[in-house]
Amino acid sequence: MIHQIVILGGGVGGTLLANVLARRLRADEAQIVVIDSHGEHKYQPGWLYLPFGEETVENLVRPERHLLNDRVHLALGQATKIVPDRHLIEMSDGSAVPYDILVLSTGADIAPDAVPGYAEGAHHFYSEAAALNLHEQLERFQGGKLVVGVADIPYKCPPAPLEFVFKVEEYLQKRGLRERTEITYLSPINRAFTIESVSEFVTPLLAERGIALETFFNTEQIDPIGKKIISLEGTEIDYDLLVLVPPHRGAAVIRDSGLGDAQGWIPTDRSTLEVKGHPNIYAIGDATDIPVSKSGSAAHFEAKVLSDRIVARIHGEPEEEHIYDGRVLCFLETGHGQASQLVFDFAHPPKPPDPNAFYHYEKLLFNRVYWYIVPNGFV
Amino acid sequence: MTDLKIDKEIDARGSFCPGPLLELIRGVKSVQVGQTLEVLSSDPGSNRDIPAWIQKAKQEFVGAYPEAGYTRFVVRKVH
Repeated sequence: MIHQIVILGGGVGGTLLANVLARRLRADEAQIVVIDSHGEHKYQPGWLYLPFGEETVENLVRPERHLLNDRVHLALGQATKIVPDRHLIEMSDGSAVPYDILVLSTGADIAPDAVPGYAEGAHHFYSEAAALNLHEQLERFQGGKLVVGVADIPYKCPPAPLEFVFKVEEYLQKRGLRERTEITYLSPINRAFTIESVSEFVTPLLAERGIALETFFNTEQIDPIGKKIISLEGTEIDYDLLVLVPPHRGAAVIRDSGLGDAQGWIPTDRSTLEVKGHPNIYAIGDATDIPVSKSGSAAHFEAKVLSDRIVARIHGEPEEEHIYDGRVLCFLETGHGQASQLVFDFAHPPKPPDPNAFYHYEKLLFNRVYWYIVPNGFV
Repeated sequence: MTDLKIDKEIDARGSFCPGPLLELIRGVKSVQVGQTLEVLSSDPGSNRDIPAWIQKAKQEFVGAYPEAGYTRFVVRKVH
């Protein structure tokens, strides 16, 4: 039997998984299909650097086809509905793609419209266009009140807004505007970061850089005329420039198929990566409700485990030993040419080392070599 | 406790800090003023985070009721 394995979404996890399966399963064992809506593979961690003019959009995008093994069939098109009872995916052009095994790697969408006043009042770097626009705003900024924060949890790349605030502090110093700028960092919870050890690491750094920390700030609305951001807790903060990570939601196809929770995240077993209640469907990456960072790193390690599980399943071997343990490895830029590193899993919280230049250059190097070592599954 | 009318219950058991707190915040956003919300949490961190948030948000903390392996946190939306 030739198993039809369909991977919905050509991001980090979907692409890596497809390539590993193409190498490990023979053509008479499996046909591997990646469905992707636009065919462009974007290196989203690079968007952090666009507002500072330290990166170009061209460096951060490659055609998905160029990253896929020749044996993987890339189907470009918009999936509109997943029908588990019939083992197929309905496409916007009226066609249907059948599957024996389905992997949902549909990622996360941003939902700025969920915050009243966002479009008129706030900026972010969670898309190429928004990050480039923020670059223009920063270049025009002449000092005043700069507010950086997070509208809602979860969001992609959890350290990114902290990295942004450290980098923008350095940027303002270089432009001679630091003395004329008050910087405030907003956090929805009662500390700077969700993971306590990381919070303990960054809180003194924020203080050292003169960045005020406002906790328990859950954005309710933005008043773009009065230039105020207002929280559910009743706090109002004035701004001249507001950089707010927008709320995130699961992909439309997940919500429209009734496979997500209230925010559209897919209920997924955190060890087996099976979608709960659907033994032939798996989910990886930002799309899941697994309590781990929505990050390329988590998607990467999940895809590796899932490739082992799917190969074992098709070969009739036990899958049980292949378990995702919550592993994540990422960097945290702290500005001024330094970074720290976060390595953790479900059982072991990160112990961030002191910031140094080595981790900063390692991150920059990784940003460049990503294309050659990650999508093909070599690391 | 048994007399208390709960308008919305959120079962956040098995989710880790700050999951139950965020579920409570989302719940408070979704109910009407005057309604009562109950969040079930098995995370010990909730004992500190949830009452602190309710105080900061100036909502009414009805109480925390320990059960076997989890706690029921009850809040009334007052504004």
